[in-house]
Order: sequence, then C-alpha cells, then structure tokens
Amino acid sequence: MAKITLSNLAHSYSKTPNSPDDFALKTIDHVWEDGSAYALLGPSGCGKSTLLNIISGLLAPSQGQVLFDDKDVTNASTSERNIAQVFQFPVVYDTMTVRQNLAFPLKNRKLGADYISDRVTAVANMIGVQDFLDDKANGLTADAKQKISLGRGIVREDVNAILFDEPLTVIDPQMKWELRTQLKALHQQLGHTMIYVTHDQTEALTFADKVVVMSEGEVVQVGTPTELFERPAHTFVGFFIGSPGMNILPVTVVGNKAMIGNHPIQLSSTYENLSGTIEMGIRPEYIRLSKEPSGLAIKIQRVEDVGHHKIVRAIHSIDGQTIDINVIVKEGIEISDDMQYLVFEREKINIYANQWRQEGSAPI
Amino acid sequence: MSLQLENISLRVDGQSHIHSTSLTLEKSTMNVLLGPTLSGKTSLMRLMAGLDLPTTGRILWNGKDVTKNRVQDRDIAMVYQQFINYPSMSVYENIASPLRIMKKSKSEIDRAVNKSADLMKLGPYLHRKPLELSGGQQQRCALARALVKESGLVLLDEPLANLDYKLREELRAEIPKIFAESGAIFVYATTEPEEALLLGGNTATLHQGTITQFNKTSQVYHQPQNTITAKTFSNPPMNFLKLTKAGSNITLGDNARIDVEPSNQSFDKASANGKELTAADNFNHLPDGDYIAGFRSNHLELHRHNSQSIAFSATLNITEITGSETFLHMNYDNDHWVGLVHGVHDLALGEKLEVFLDPSHIYTFGLDGNIVSSASYAKEI
Repeated sequence: MAKITLSNLAHSYSKTPNSPDDFALKTIDHVWEDGSAYALLGPSGCGKSTLLNIISGLLAPSQGQVLFDDKDVTNASTSERNIAQVFQFPVVYDTMTVRQNLAFPLKNRKLGADYISDRVTAVANMIGVQDFLDDKANGLTADAKQKISLGRGIVREDVNAILFDEPLTVIDPQMKWELRTQLKALHQQLGHTMIYVTHDQTEALTFADKVVVMSEGEVVQVGTPTELFERPAHTFVGFFIGSPGMNILPVTVVGNKAMIGNHPIQLSSTYENLSGTIEMGIRPEYIRLSKEPSGLAIKIQRVEDVGHHKIVRAIHSIDGQTIDINVIVKEGIEISDDMQYLVFEREKINIYANQWRQEGSAPI
Repeated sequence: MSLQLENISLRVDGQSHIHSTSLTLEKSTMNVLLGPTLSGKTSLMRLMAGLDLPTTGRILWNGKDVTKNRVQDRDIAMVYQQFINYPSMSVYENIASPLRIMKKSKSEIDRAVNKSADLMKLGPYLHRKPLELSGGQQQRCALARALVKESGLVLLDEPLANLDYKLREELRAEIPKIFAESGAIFVYATTEPEEALLLGGNTATLHQGTITQFNKTSQVYHQPQNTITAKTFSNPPMNFLKLTKAGSNITLGDNARIDVEPSNQSFDKASANGKELTAADNFNHLPDGDYIAGFRSNHLELHRHNSQSIAFSATLNITEITGSETFLHMNYDNDHWVGLVHGVHDLALGEKLEVFLDPSHIYTFGLDGNIVSSASYAKEI
C-alpha cells in the first residue's frame, strides 16, 4: 500500500500545446492518502480517465511527477507500479474456472500453491462466489463475471493501490447495490488505497471517503460527500451533484441580503466587496413551497413523482425572462394550487462570484 | 391508433424468450417496459417492430393483422442504446434520411428536419458530422431521426443507458414533453425504476419473459400485485420479512411483535383522520397464517415517526452517504435490508440499531408471492 502524490502534473495529447485548452488535464497537485477510498467524479471528457491512466502508468504525463510513497514512478511501467485495476467490462478468461481466474494474478507472481489456495478461498468468500468456484467462467452472467474481475483486483495483498474504472456501468441497478456495498466492505477489511472513477454521483458519494470532482480537465473540489453537497466550491459541483442539482440563481448581494430582481432574501452571512457574476446556490432539498406572499413568487410547471419524493419544476418571472427553479417535496406532503411562493432555508444558501463559492462573515 | 399483442410468444432454439403475452397499447401513450437485463424487453420490442416473427399469436395495428408484415412496411421508428447515426452524413442529412426514403418534397423535408432538430436542441449543429458531437447530442440526433417520420409507433430501447448521468437527467425530463406533442404510441425500455417514474404513463414490469403487471406507472409502483413486480419496481430493492398472524398475535420476523388487542399496546394510540388506529389495524383483517411483509427503503426510519410505528432491532453493516441522505445496509432476521434516511448519519457499524417502520407502509404478500393487502398509505394514491 502506498500514498500517491501527484506533483505539478499536467497532460496534453498535443505534442506542442500552446494554450490551456490544449490540456486534457490541467495542472494538478494532489495527495491520495494511504488506505483511503477515493472517487474521481466528472462527466465524459473531463479528464478523469486521462488522470487514471497516468496514475496506472498507461500514459506518461507531459509535465510533472507521480510518486508512490516517496519514490518517483513517473516513467515506471504499470507492472512496476504494482497496482491492480478493474475495468468497465469484465476481464475474465472464459475457458478458465472461477478458481483459476482468481488464482491467475498470484500464479503469475509464482507464489506458493498453499498460499494461492488459501487466498483464493478467502477472496471467493469475500465476494460471494465460493459456491461456483469450479464452474467455467463463460457460462456466468455479466454480474458474476464482474464480481470475478473485482476479486482478481483484490486477490493480491501487496498492491500499492487498486484502481476502478467505471466498474459498475454494465451492471443492472439492483445488482449494483450488492456489488457497491461489497466493495465498500472490502475497503474496510483490506485498507488498500482505492481510486474509483465514475460519472455516477451515487456511486462516487457512497463509495468514497473523499470525492475528487473534475470538470474540463481541472479538479474543482476535493471533499467529503457532505462537503460537496452542503458547500459546493464551484457552481459545477453544485449542479453535478444532486438530482436535480443545485439551483443557481442570478442575484445581487449587499451585506447580508441577496436580491432576486426586487425580491430580498435574508442570508446568514455577510458578504463584502463581491465582484464579477454573482449567483446564489440553493439545493432543491432546501426550498419549501408556501402560500405566504412573503416568499418568492413562482408558477409550478410540472410535478414529477419519483416515489419517495416529488420534483416540482417551477419558474420565476423577472423582467419578461424566466428562471427555472427545482424544488424537492418529500413523500406525504401535499402540493396545493395556492402554493405559489418559495421559501429558502437561510443556512443552506451559498453565494458564488464568477462560479466560485465565497466565504461570508458572521453578520455584524 | 392502437397496437395489440394477442397471445404473443417467442421460442428460440427450444428456449422460451417471451411467454404468452397479451397487451394493448393506445394512441398517445408512453409505455415503459421495466425489467432487468434479459427479462425480455428487447425481445418484446423486436416483436412489436416486426424484426422477429412471434412463435405464436398475432400483432394487430389499428385492428389489422400485421404479424407477417416486414419492418419496412410498418409505421414504426426505433432508437437503440448505442447511438446509431450515419457517420459520413451531416446531422441534417441524418435526420432527413427517413423522409428521403419516403420521397418527401424538399420543402417538406426542410420543415420537418428543422422542427425535429429544434425540439432536440440540435439547431446549431445541423451541418456537423455526428462524430463531432458529444454523446448526448449524438443520441439526440438518433432521437430526432426517429421523431421526424411521425411514426405511429416509436420504440426506444434503453436510449439513455450509454449517456452520462447528468445528460440522462436532462433528456429524461425532455422526453415526456416531446412525446406529449407527437400523439404516437411510445414504448420505452429501461432497467431503472426511477426512469419509469419520471416518464410516467403506463408501465409493464417484465420478469423472465413474462409481463408481471401492466397499468398506470404510479399504480404499478404503489400497488404491486406480487413480490416480483415489487422487486422490479424498487431501487434500492424492496425489503422483505416474514409475517405470522396467529389469533391476536402478529409477529414480524423474529423479534418484532404487535398485538391486535389495542389494550396491550404499550404506547398511545395515534389519531389519523379522527379515527383511532393501532398498528394492528393494518393486519387484523388477515386470516391466520404465514405471509411475506414488504416495504420500501425510504419508509424505514431512525426515529419513531408515530405511536403505531414498529421497532426492529437490526444489525448495521454498512452506511453510505449521498450528501443529503444516508443508505443503511443492515441485517434483520436473516434478511438483508436497505434503509434510506434523510440527513447524514454517522452510526457504529456491526452494532445493533433500532429502526422503525410505520405499519401503513407495509405490503402483505402471500407465500406464493401474490399481494394479499397493499400498504394502506398507497391505497389512496
């Protein structure tokens, strides 16, 4: 196991990059602490696979260093780095039995037969395939095959890190629950450094101690699931996490008041000297529908019932323009026609200048 | 306009892919086929499209038998999980292609392509090649091509499965709007319960080549007729435990017991709509015997919600935090349960955890899996 340090790292697929836009991965300095579970979260094309490939050694960065503990491995091959990888599609030898598949990485390293046998049994129990160890892999379902890929990822005890590249994409929703929970339990048992790449916020937030959010080649926030939810550092994080994401509303802010058009909203902090484009972020979970005209006037466009809550799609009109605002209403709360106003939970409002979160000070 | 499947079945190499199925889909409806991989969603769609010939049964379009008609001769459009576009043609030509085959006039084509492109927000990209578009835009292009024909039947086979989460969210919100304007019969296959709920309309749940229930989406969700439908239409999966009724004793699992005799209640009775209720009121109409109780994860609570709530002592295995909510994975009475509670909770793993369930959220199934009594909260929905 190892701590992984990325130092002044950047990558461009162009040989002669001449603008920041040519970089698939913009300069990043980051330390992946030994034994932690990380998720690398972002949409397609955000640079997360590029970063993963640099860590695994499939790609040499155009700039900077990768250190495992304190050893520079920037130019070391994947096998020299001693890491395990699990990919989106199951990588399983169809003609081998489940047992042979699990034993394969150990046999490659010429470990003793007794050790291999014990280790394979232990891993099979962890991932729940002990009952079909001697079945050929080719008759198995996609879920079972991916379990075996996971098993092969964790079978070696001496790896520096385990990297997962969208490992549950091809798995049905119901089975995802089982595999994800198993992965999390495995991390608690094994204590390996794990990096899990995904575009799915639920997978990222539920798996990781810390989530690294990327957008357009840049790390925009590293934080715990709660930090990302409550205090997104960038409007992108607010939008990307949450379903629907954070509402980002244009405002002007003076002291501890935000104005949406002519409508004042009391803030819990005071903001001085804000410049640039000022926006207010409020999650749909923290807005309440109200009958009181003291709230922000809205019209409800549509209500979507997703079972345990409803998503209310509302609009607020301002100078002939409309702004979309989403509200989440918990199951069991009635929505009536005279609810034409919104009330915001004061403590949950974030203020952004040019898309970056601003820290306010306590009101005087 | 209607599509009727009459006792349709499909066998391939002696294996049954679709068991005898009858289904009628009406004009201007969104019909979701919900089920896991290999449950028969694609097979059923291919039969509807005429890509495969059913082993038994007939397919009627507006009352007319079209079972043997070729796919080209039917009034259908189809979109697949993989983005399928002609790579060498522009977005405009891709969308126009079905109309060119139909030999429409230039002005008709132009009008229809622009309308369809506007709807799918492709207006600015009409001159690009599909591969110069993002994944979401490529699938929008395929959707625009399916819509431009104004077919009576539009088949969408997991069209959003290959897209990023956020793009999926965006298109999911748009598809019901598009569909509302077109008047066609839409059939939409998905593995995800949440997608079915967002699309609304009707839902058919599929399991191993059989439709287990077909009705309005919210009705199938709130009133599943058997444990298979309930499982298929719950994400996280529905939680189950055994329920035994013997005279005045109702036992849930091994360690939670409620008494039918209200005087034995250790806590106060709740008053709902002016009528006094006890936990037992939800079950005292059941004949004595063994049952399967089922409830959804979001109905499990960490605090007593009201006086009727039943307390369970479960063992907590794993917690997962999603930002605003926490998933609790626990074991109760040899069953694995998932709870979804609001807020972020840091709880001790491997320890006993007391959780609560309002009995009005419990579905009661017979041992054969068929519903005996729907959860009372859902009966009014």
